[in-house]
Amino acid sequence: MGINEKITSDFKVVGTRPNRPDGVDKVTGRAKFGADAYAPGMLHAAIVRSPHAHARIVKIDTSKAEALKGVKAVVTRADFAEGLTGENWNILENVMASDTALYDGHAVAAVAATSALVARDAAKLVEIEYEQLPHVTDVDKAMAPDAPVIREGAADKSVPEGLHPNVVRYHDSGHGDVEAGFAEADLVIEDHFKTEATHQGYIEPHACLAQLGPDGKGEVWCCTQGHFNVQKVCAALVGTETSQIRVTASEIGGGFGGKTVVFIEPVALALSRKTNRPVKLVMSRSEVFRATGPTASTSMDVKIGMTKDGKITAGKGVFRLQGGAFPGAPMEFTAMCAFAPYALENVHQIGYDVMSNRPKQAAYRAPGSPMAAFAVESVIDELCNQLGLDPIEVRLKNASKQGTKASFGPKFDRIGLVETLEAAMAHPHFSAPLQPGQGRGISCGFWFNHGGETAVSLALSEDGTVALSVGTPDIGGSRASMGQIVAEELGIAYESVRTTIADTATLGYNEISHGSRVTYATGLATIKAARDVVKKLSARAAAKWGIDEEAVIWEDGCAKPAGPNAGEFEPLPLAKIARSMGRTGGPIVGHYEATPEGAGVSFATHIVDAEVDKETGQTKVVRYTVVQDAGKAIHPTYVEGQFQGGAAQGIGWALNEEYIYGEDGRLQNSIFLDYRIPVASDLPMIDTVIVEVPNPGHPYGVRGVGETSICPPLAAIANAVSNAAGVRLRELPMSPPRILEALEQQAAKG
Amino acid sequence: MSMIHVTTTVNGDEVEFLCDPRETLLDVLRDRLALTGSKEGCGTGDCGACSVTVDDRLVCSCLMLGAEAEGKSIATVEGIADGEELHPLQTKFIEYAALQCGICTPGILVATKALLEKKPDPTETEVRYWLAGNLCRCTGYDKIIRAVMDTAADLRKAS
Amino acid sequence: MQYHTPGNFEDAVSIAAKADGVTRFLAGGTDVLVQLRADIVTPDVLIDIKKIDGVKDIAREGGGWRIGVAVTGAEMSEHSELEAEWPGLVEAMDLIGSTQVQGRATLVGNLCNGSPAADSVPAMFAAGASVSIIGPNGSRKVAVADIPTGPGRTSLEKDEAITAVHIPARGKNGGDAYLRFIPRTEMDIAVVGCGVNLRVDGDTISEARVSLGAVAPTVLLVQAAADAIIGTSLDDAAMDALAAAASAACNPIDDKRGTIKFRTHVAGVLARRAAKIAYDRARASK
Repeated sequence: MGINEKITSDFKVVGTRPNRPDGVDKVTGRAKFGADAYAPGMLHAAIVRSPHAHARIVKIDTSKAEALKGVKAVVTRADFAEGLTGENWNILENVMASDTALYDGHAVAAVAATSALVARDAAKLVEIEYEQLPHVTDVDKAMAPDAPVIREGAADKSVPEGLHPNVVRYHDSGHGDVEAGFAEADLVIEDHFKTEATHQGYIEPHACLAQLGPDGKGEVWCCTQGHFNVQKVCAALVGTETSQIRVTASEIGGGFGGKTVVFIEPVALALSRKTNRPVKLVMSRSEVFRATGPTASTSMDVKIGMTKDGKITAGKGVFRLQGGAFPGAPMEFTAMCAFAPYALENVHQIGYDVMSNRPKQAAYRAPGSPMAAFAVESVIDELCNQLGLDPIEVRLKNASKQGTKASFGPKFDRIGLVETLEAAMAHPHFSAPLQPGQGRGISCGFWFNHGGETAVSLALSEDGTVALSVGTPDIGGSRASMGQIVAEELGIAYESVRTTIADTATLGYNEISHGSRVTYATGLATIKAARDVVKKLSARAAAKWGIDEEAVIWEDGCAKPAGPNAGEFEPLPLAKIARSMGRTGGPIVGHYEATPEGAGVSFATHIVDAEVDKETGQTKVVRYTVVQDAGKAIHPTYVEGQFQGGAAQGIGWALNEEYIYGEDGRLQNSIFLDYRIPVASDLPMIDTVIVEVPNPGHPYGVRGVGETSICPPLAAIANAVSNAAGVRLRELPMSPPRILEALEQQAAKG
Repeated sequence: MSMIHVTTTVNGDEVEFLCDPRETLLDVLRDRLALTGSKEGCGTGDCGACSVTVDDRLVCSCLMLGAEAEGKSIATVEGIADGEELHPLQTKFIEYAALQCGICTPGILVATKALLEKKPDPTETEVRYWLAGNLCRCTGYDKIIRAVMDTAADLRKAS
Repeated sequence: MQYHTPGNFEDAVSIAAKADGVTRFLAGGTDVLVQLRADIVTPDVLIDIKKIDGVKDIAREGGGWRIGVAVTGAEMSEHSELEAEWPGLVEAMDLIGSTQVQGRATLVGNLCNGSPAADSVPAMFAAGASVSIIGPNGSRKVAVADIPTGPGRTSLEKDEAITAVHIPARGKNGGDAYLRFIPRTEMDIAVVGCGVNLRVDGDTISEARVSLGAVAPTVLLVQAAADAIIGTSLDDAAMDALAAAASAACNPIDDKRGTIKFRTHVAGVLARRAAKIAYDRARASK
């Protein structure tokens, strides 16, 4: 086996918990985020947004805005590229409306001025004449025959005839015979579930500083999960060539999927082109809520059959996802994840992608999967309750394993669901007594994880330290784990590695930091780049010793003769080779470019205790435990952080977070006061158990961990709340009025 | 538009600036004084990322006008470390990984420093309620709370 | 926008009287600045009253208290004597916003913002607080209960300003409490608020005032709810009558924070819980 295919299991640095390299910058206020960039001669921009949910733009009069002192330019759709097709057209339409405003907050024009205050004043002076159109914001209503059509002809070929034009994509998958499966069951439960849209809720609003000269050369500084994607999209939308725009990713103040999307950078570029000055554009919080991607809202029907001894005989799910005024709601992921934890002979899932007058949905941590788990795991919990079965034993009995034909088609390779269930069962939390008024819920969750296009470069310095350049923005501490990987491979100190998020002019294309791919794919590329460096270092040693390259091995940071036959030489440390590299063949740089496809899927099991105040409907989460398969934890502290963060976001989604639209189609809660994410006093400590079932597709066994952690919480909390309240909750968020309503209906039924 | 002349003290240094009466203290810190450590996460006093102290009182700098800073003493995240010596909270936050993205960190450090100066032995519940106005979306607060509690214990031992 | 820092209240109201357009007085600014930033209200004239002598003082007045208009929630919470006498009022103020907001927010700001969901206002109603008002025609003293007239509206004229809050003497065997319902544990606007202030004679309630917030266009003082517990020892029947009277007084709206049904129900729940706390405090007091 060559060095490149080596599977490592005996680690020195990987698995330890060093301080992150950007730590000091971030605790001193020095770290530069999206809004922290300033340029000489810089202008400030503001965007004019539609106050209507659906309206034809009759006329835009910019004269008053342009007349205001300090205003340098106003742009509208006419200032962007023409003739775009496909997703580029969709993105442009979302970035700047053409003839119709499709949701409350849709950008219609933008202004650049000498100060942020003047820009905001000028935005108010842009006069827009609208002709209001009928609107719809609810997923079920958007599919109804009388629903206003968002855009004719938006549906693709997957959609069966006879559906409303707002249904734009359709998914149908499964295997076996579900009707036969239901017939075998001792108990079949079918239920309807709804979830409201939630926002990723990153604390840093979108921000950028952009420049585009008359020579067509541009620079963008922005907070994004994927600056190579920003580069590509910006070039298309402003009508220039990709390589002429250089994008640098700032530090990013949270993304969770929401910063995989381009919103403002092309606008800043268009304003810069018009003024030939750098333009800074920073969204307000309200703009973030109104105009950037929340999740899809859902309407779901799930039917599951179970035998008395807990075997699931069949599962069927219908998943309708509303993704705003554009195609793209992740209904196929919802459908495919729904039953993934279970080995089912009979399974059938259907998905609908539905358009409505809401902002274009964006990815949010395992897009589509948490809602599916909410519906499926709620039904399983109800089956367990009614059949008197233990919820973990039932899940163990039906759990997917290596070789199981997944509900979405392929056979699973080595996976760790059973191990998470066993660890959950063994955890003291699972057997701890509950207090009166409390209920316990458990749930499993699944996410695919992703590889994706990746390029990294690793340059050796003459003092024996190394500079690693990666193209995936660090959204959760990845510079630390990449540094550990380099240190592990080269046998040098963690502190001797400096990891940089390189700009788009420095590396080949890197896909966005999404799909829990960074530690897996960038990590894999970093391993390979380091092994490339090792190969080159070994070659220098071989040349010095006058032996074959194959006769040199790399161990503990030194080149050594492979064995007695290779000759007797003193080990040659990396630092020594580095010091002389200028004389022995020049710079040593390792690199790796690929699209790794072995991202191992990941499963989790969560346990939650919740307490419900039956007089007010208020829920308190009193204990929470996350058990998840990480494959191999490079930096266990940051793995725990991902587990805890996903759980906390899930708690918000389950209990209090929601998009609230009025009858007028306007978003009513576009500030953090009323979009209620969990605050410190809402949460308990969140216990974590890292399960490590190695991913065969990675040299260290790494699986992505960022997303799976948000898959089980909605269901786990719903199960805990339902068990505490004594009534099944089928709609998220489980806000106090909804819980009281459910209790009242239950009481009325007797 | 008439600008207002303001003289104030920031992190111990006397500074002067001109500002529009509508500019917040946060606007002034960031755009006029180049102190970008304080962040704007909401502009409505709901997230705490802009936390500073004014005459030792913890406030949101987005909910105060720059003009109101006249004659006051303001402390921001940039003033927490003593030269190259990090404050124990800063060291502990790094050690505990009490930050993921780090955008809320400046506000949380300013807020927790104010807490520990007022109350050196807070309970976990007191820390959680004191920080309720500092939103963190990444961590679930667990490691933040642990870092604060551990710093408080260390500081008590040292004093 | 003009920004003024008058040195006395006479100058403050004189500036307001002469001002064109929208005028706002600035104390803590936790509402004014949010409205400015969100383009809800952009004042043409902003009058910062914090440079006026005495606005930061909490002082004895008769047997009660005089609280300056720029005294913050944090300063009230740190005042142990005030808190010992009026824990409900201090807690109500303390519930508003975050620690950071507490560093700026004031009782008078909360009152003048005119929100029916303002936390400190039901507590002031229950306490029987009053305010001094200065205007072009001199000064007057008005009950806090007469200030709010509707959502975002007060009985104050444009050229009038509140100069102080007066809290009556606590007297013997009294206790107050304020509770609110919010979905989270902190940071939300009250969905329902309830203030109770009462006095006992032995185990029997001899005086009571019950107020409700966020269930009507203004904060309500609910006489029927007070009557339901006066003369009782807060037994179950009195509690039931109190809850029923509180719910019956509600005239709420459905909005993003709560439904009519929910608010009406929870008003009764909170009335019970707040009354119990106030009752226990009154009996424990000397």
